[in-house]
Amino acid sequence: MTNLIRRAAVALALPVALVVLWWVATADSTSIFWPPLSRILGVFGETWFTGRFTDDVLPSLARLFAGYLAALLLGVAMGVAIGSFRLLRALVEPVLEFFRAIPPPVLVPILMLFAGIGTEMKVLVIVSGCLWPVLLNTVEGVRGLDEVLRDTARCYRLGLRARLFRLILPGASPQIAAGARQALSIGIILMVISEMFAANNGVGFTIIQFQRSFAIPQMWTGIIVLGLIGIALSAIFRMVERRLLGWYIGVREAHRTEG
Amino acid sequence: MTTQPVGAAATTSTAMLEVRGLKKIYEGRGRRVEAIRDLTFGVAAGELVCIVGPSGAGKTTLLRCVAGLLDCTEGEVVLEGRRVTEPPPGMAVVFQEYGRSLFPWLTVWQNVELPLKEKRLPKDRRRSLVEESLEAVGLLDAHRAHPWQLSGGMQQRVAIARAIAYEPRVLLMDEPFAAVDAQTRADLEDLVRKLWRELGITVLFVTHDIDESVYLGRRVIVLSHSPTVVLEEVTVDLPDERDQLTTRSLPRFAELRSHVYELVQRAKRGYRPEGR
Amino acid sequence: MTAAVTAGPTQHGGRRHRPLPAWLLGLIGPAGLVAVVELVPRAGLVDERYLPPCSAMIAALVEQAGTAEFWTALLETLRGWAIGLAIALAAGVVLGIVIGSVPLLRAATNSTIEFLRPIPSVALIPLAVLLFGTDMRSTLLLVVYAAFWQVLVQVLYGVRDVDPVADQTARMYRFRPLTRVVRLIWPTALPYVMTGFRLGASVALILEVTGELIIGSPGLGRQIAVAQTSGAVAPMYALVIVVGLIGVAVNVFARAAERRVLRWHPSVRTEVA
Repeated sequence: MTNLIRRAAVALALPVALVVLWWVATADSTSIFWPPLSRILGVFGETWFTGRFTDDVLPSLARLFAGYLAALLLGVAMGVAIGSFRLLRALVEPVLEFFRAIPPPVLVPILMLFAGIGTEMKVLVIVSGCLWPVLLNTVEGVRGLDEVLRDTARCYRLGLRARLFRLILPGASPQIAAGARQALSIGIILMVISEMFAANNGVGFTIIQFQRSFAIPQMWTGIIVLGLIGIALSAIFRMVERRLLGWYIGVREAHRTEG
Repeated sequence: MTTQPVGAAATTSTAMLEVRGLKKIYEGRGRRVEAIRDLTFGVAAGELVCIVGPSGAGKTTLLRCVAGLLDCTEGEVVLEGRRVTEPPPGMAVVFQEYGRSLFPWLTVWQNVELPLKEKRLPKDRRRSLVEESLEAVGLLDAHRAHPWQLSGGMQQRVAIARAIAYEPRVLLMDEPFAAVDAQTRADLEDLVRKLWRELGITVLFVTHDIDESVYLGRRVIVLSHSPTVVLEEVTVDLPDERDQLTTRSLPRFAELRSHVYELVQRAKRGYRPEGR
Repeated sequence: MTAAVTAGPTQHGGRRHRPLPAWLLGLIGPAGLVAVVELVPRAGLVDERYLPPCSAMIAALVEQAGTAEFWTALLETLRGWAIGLAIALAAGVVLGIVIGSVPLLRAATNSTIEFLRPIPSVALIPLAVLLFGTDMRSTLLLVVYAAFWQVLVQVLYGVRDVDPVADQTARMYRFRPLTRVVRLIWPTALPYVMTGFRLGASVALILEVTGELIIGSPGLGRQIAVAQTSGAVAPMYALVIVVGLIGVAVNVFARAAERRVLRWHPSVRTEVA
């Protein structure tokens, strides 16, 4: 019990100290850029919980989820296909590497040409950015499937469906998860960027508005909200990952202890 | 699972599995490697035949050709009268790398059940098969564990359970106990013999362990170094009832063992039968 | 029966099809893409205002390359990227080694790191604008922040990977802390540092271009924004292609650096993204 308290204390010590430091350092601040933390927290409630949550935060998140899910499905489907056929992979890989190297935000102006500044554009931007890590990691995961496992599947004459859902997807899932994690951070960035660049609602849009109108404490609350969103999504991702990849964690532990 | 008296099956001369003139050449990047030159032998129904040879004798290549995983350059493999071009139904393989042949995201039970689901067996039949085979290898209690939670020997037993639950006509085993410690190996050898006798399956067992080949098999086929041909087929006329202690101390065992050992030693030094 | 086609070259020993060399196949892909981008707008399938034919893009690119403005912007992008990456590397490596080597520090900072890490660097954009306006420093803030975490996390993994037996041996021989770092920790962590470098380099480029695009710091990103607002579609595509090529170059460079540095390093480890 005391061990738990000790561990909690160690874990919380630094964050608490930092927050206190922030509070104290800005307490008497008259600088526009660094308003007192007390003030920031004071306006937090009225800024976000009087309608902005439903008008801005939820639509932003909805777009993110739509784009992210679409990128996952598309990326995994294409990745499995490309990873399974050597010829296809050799053909397509250079092109994919090029598209992957394009920093996704740069595609925002291009996609604006096709899709305007509405919801479709933002979802499209998110898909275009999230697709590549998922796709390329899926290809790697499929390629890296254990040879012996593949032979076993062939010996027992597993059909296409069984091979796909029992062998290929589970086998590639650790790699796919790594790609999905990269894609999540890219997705958040793109969600914000697309709204900062051209939008009429959303978290990114709101923050930029605050900054332009010099509503600095509100701007800071926006930064905090974005931070919280990032943290929350990351925590959710880790939870889901742990459930789905429980077996993989076990395998790695087993290897580590016997090494 | 059907049980056949072992004696009766062995006296029929119809070969369950035949390898005729098997030849395998690997080609790649301007190099031509003749791994197997000419292999011809047969395995009768219900027999347990061991294949032994020096390292580099292409034992694994042979097994993969027989299993239909590898195409042969020339010659053919015939299972129950039908040519093998891809993994045929009715054949199960136990690989050496047990850790890599079990699906780590499935439990022991699910691993054994998977091929049966592919065979579209009804649920009850599947259940009884999985139960019986896990029981036979002594792992019924561990059915909810994942492979990586088990020791090496146990994992190999799961692979064996999976193979026999499949009710194959022929069981191929590719140096299955090479990566297992000596004590576990002895247990597993006895397990294989027990299952073989009870189920009457035909077994082709590849190994580099000479003692093991004589202990297990009714016939031992000794291979030359690559390009591989059959050096000799040694009939093991030991009693069918074998056990680690008494059988291995029989004088006949020692004779057979040294005969095979001598053959393998000669094979290592490059001996080949009359210019083949 | 559909066999696993990705198996080795001997798989279809019966059928003899000579495989095309990989590099040739590798060229067909991009060639096909160029053909598509050329023909689709010309055939009217897509409006030419949205997707100019490839030849128009290339022409715009050549034209751009003739202007001093383009080259200045290119250099500014590379400069911001390089400086930001360098700072992030230095800070990440030093802090990573220090934090990683002292168990108490590691435990104390763990929650903070896991907390701050997922915060999207773009959240800092408004702050950066306030502080530095459209100066390159505002983008630098973003770049350093984003790349730093990539490097730090990898270095922490690296330090954690130090063989405990080797570490105990070093302590037994009473190595000075600095010697321990140089002789034991650094070589062990080096592969991870290279991974951090590679991930950081790519993230740094993304943030650099993002900053130029959104904030308006000098660089190719700003040129793209300018082209977009003035409706110069073909030059915009041309600049995007250039940025893509820079991205490819950064990836290639990072991988080459990784291979070179680790040439004599028997590292067998899997990347933890």
